[in-house]
Amino acid sequence: MTQFVPETAEQLKDAVAWAVAEEYPVAVKGAGTKADLGRPVETEHEIDLSKLTGITLYEPEELVLQAGAGTPMTEITAALDEKNQQLAFEPPDLGFLLRGESAAGTIGGVVATNLSGPRRIKAGAARDHFLGFKGVSGRGEEFKSGGRVMKNVTGYDLCKLMAGSWGTLTVMSQVTVKVLPKAEKERTVLLYTDDPAEALRGMTDALNSPYEVSGAAWLPKAQAAATGIELVAGAGSGVAAIRVEGPGPSVEYRCARLREIVGAAAKTEELHSHRGKAFWTVVRDVMPFAGAGDNRVVWKISVAPSDGPAIYGDLLALKGAEAFMDWGGGLIWLAVDMPNVGGSEILREIVAKAGGHATLVRGDRHLRANADVFQPLAPGLAALTRKIKNGFDPHGVLNPGRMYDGV
Amino acid sequence: MEMPKPDEAVLARRHRIADDLRVIVPGEGVIVDVDERRPYESDALTAYKTSPLVVVLPETVEQVSAVLRYCHENGIKVVPRGAGTSLSGGSLPLEDGVLLGMAKFNRILEVDYDNRCARVQPGVTNLSITKAVEADGYYYAPDPSSQIACSIGGNVAENSGGVHCLKYGLTTNNLLGLEVVLIDGEVIRIGGKHLDSEGYDLLGIMTGSEGLLGVVTEVTVRLLRAPETVRALLIGFTSSEAAGDCVAKVIGAGIIPGGMEMMDKPAIHAAEDFVHAGYPLDVEALLIVELDGPAQEVDYLIGEVKTIAESCGAVSLKISESEPERLGFWAGRKAAFPAVGRISPDYLCMDGTIPRHQLPKVLRRMTELSNEYGLRVANVFHAGDGNLHPLILYDANIPGELRKAEDFGADILRLCVEVGGVLTGEHGVGVEKRDLMPAMFSEVDLAQQMRLKCAFDPDGLLNPGKVFPTLHRCAELGRMHIHKGKLPFPDIPRF
Repeated sequence: MTQFVPETAEQLKDAVAWAVAEEYPVAVKGAGTKADLGRPVETEHEIDLSKLTGITLYEPEELVLQAGAGTPMTEITAALDEKNQQLAFEPPDLGFLLRGESAAGTIGGVVATNLSGPRRIKAGAARDHFLGFKGVSGRGEEFKSGGRVMKNVTGYDLCKLMAGSWGTLTVMSQVTVKVLPKAEKERTVLLYTDDPAEALRGMTDALNSPYEVSGAAWLPKAQAAATGIELVAGAGSGVAAIRVEGPGPSVEYRCARLREIVGAAAKTEELHSHRGKAFWTVVRDVMPFAGAGDNRVVWKISVAPSDGPAIYGDLLALKGAEAFMDWGGGLIWLAVDMPNVGGSEILREIVAKAGGHATLVRGDRHLRANADVFQPLAPGLAALTRKIKNGFDPHGVLNPGRMYDGV
Repeated sequence: MEMPKPDEAVLARRHRIADDLRVIVPGEGVIVDVDERRPYESDALTAYKTSPLVVVLPETVEQVSAVLRYCHENGIKVVPRGAGTSLSGGSLPLEDGVLLGMAKFNRILEVDYDNRCARVQPGVTNLSITKAVEADGYYYAPDPSSQIACSIGGNVAENSGGVHCLKYGLTTNNLLGLEVVLIDGEVIRIGGKHLDSEGYDLLGIMTGSEGLLGVVTEVTVRLLRAPETVRALLIGFTSSEAAGDCVAKVIGAGIIPGGMEMMDKPAIHAAEDFVHAGYPLDVEALLIVELDGPAQEVDYLIGEVKTIAESCGAVSLKISESEPERLGFWAGRKAAFPAVGRISPDYLCMDGTIPRHQLPKVLRRMTELSNEYGLRVANVFHAGDGNLHPLILYDANIPGELRKAEDFGADILRLCVEVGGVLTGEHGVGVEKRDLMPAMFSEVDLAQQMRLKCAFDPDGLLNPGKVFPTLHRCAELGRMHIHKGKLPFPDIPRF
């Protein structure tokens, strides 16, 4: 396989233009940390963006950062840490889940896969923080969209289209993102319950309070035990967790109010900074399923929060199923012991009934090549998807089949 | 303002078309009488008026679908319209186009607090969503100043903003789902009560598409719990630099207020003369900083902001101690546009966004331009997010003055782009800024956007003449210019 490693935007354009002219499909990667996600792409040529790296603009008071798409997340995070800022959508590091070691990837990859963590319920997803980009389309043309400001309705919002498009529409060379201040302090209320419905009630009451909850998850007993975090692991029961962030006095006050609200039914506790941060990292990175030797198939399921417990219950019927909830009940991480078919058919039926979607996150190459990794689209949406793809990449050279067979 | 040349054959068939449409939308739902079409001739960009071919006011999704299918089959253009409050001419009719008014879609279908969302029809006004849930302690966050009148469907089309964008985002950050009818009549549902798209973010691409990609027939919006407390500071500075400095320092301190608004001296005076809100008249810039959230936090942050403001040389500072007082701070700001309308026969409300730190430079240049053009300008600025509303005062009765005002406005928008900003922050491109698009986008950039349109509406029947200055046929846009046979470029490192 030939790997092109452009060092400038100009070289990237040349590489793509050549691929388009010859109609040679190319795989696109940043640091390659997402290679085990999505459908596998089999091509003879690959474009590696790791040299399109470096922060080109960072203005903390303007809440904006611009960088080469291949800039490692470690570099981005370090720069933001220095100024006490962050990417508020809490991008996960799925390296532990997928390959047993940290693999945070590149800023381009984070945006292209729209992976967002627990704070998504309050701060939005990667797509909500994505302000602009430069890139090369599947027509071999260099173009830009968006800008460096948040209030921007000039033309179509192509940033939204790029986020979550997995490199199938455009190879981005530079991205601009919104950054926000890090919270001074955080506290997490713990509610001890084995009952997902009770957990949901607690999380809903919390999210519907005026106390600005920034994380709401529930781990059943086994997954809570696996976290190894004091007050969570030794509880001997499932644990719902509700996070608040902000200035110290505010966080104290809100934590106390929330314990009153959710603690009527069951015992509560609270986690402070260190343990709290560790806990939410565990949830963010799907660590309950990242244990050594754990190679179960893992699904990411997005549903209306109120449907969470029922779907959780239905999913447990699958072979070897274990699951936990995030996003106030609206996100279910599921592990199943079904390496050959992944449980795809049954799972999709359960999800289709309720509304929502399921994405295969961990599975071996063979499974990912043959199962529907992404939720199959309704006919109208499928037709639109193909037409949109065609407008950006008529010869289908960019990451063909990365999301759907034939797209 | 050049619009696509009307199709004479369609014009000639006006009454026949009206009759056909009356089969789909019976009775009063189809308006063809010239006097009855008049209310639809213009939206809030009142300088431009065009009478549509015929007005259609459907009540059901089936009717919308059938109307679009009919128009598609007969090559008739369609201009969708919500409440007609667009400031950029987004719903300016076409002479040979059907004006599709969605105002009858005015019901709130479902309020779901468990999932913190509501399903509403597109003709429901922005404020009435909040009104429907405020007694239960909830609200819908995006709050454009026209919220008492503007429709949520229109908000989706324009990706509308408002004062509280800094903390709560724009419309696009507050939606969960849409039902959309495509030009061929197909009804698609995007999203729902769950988070994230399953594939391409069609919800994101529809938002802000200005009626060019489809007609929205249902919206699922996020609802938020109303904050425990809302308090504001009213701060006066002797220069816009000092005010801008204060804004930067507040954000630099890690504080994201609910909103931060700035007014320049002409805007302050106009507002004060109109509503007597008690604004200081000797300051060059007035800043309203609003903090919302848990009471503990708000009270603490108020103190922080006060300290920062004083360190930036604030010459006057008031803190709201009651809700009426807080509303009083806002009274002048909220009345800024009509206040300006009081001191001038007409005004143009511009809308651009700049990097915040460029404000003093932009204001200086605007003063120069104001002198060059001989037209007064007052400024209202969403200081938190850099969105600027210069209000250019003119008199339409004076020949050539509208044109002068428009030229002045165009210069301001070009300046916004020059300093690293964009042409429009929340009002949309519409017809108003259409011809300025090349100031921000190259032909290649624009062509790629137009190809997206081709995926939805290849015949270009939905709202042509808006947003994009030149119409291209999709076949032309699809053509590739390939230079085959070139060797893989030798200078690209490869392995």
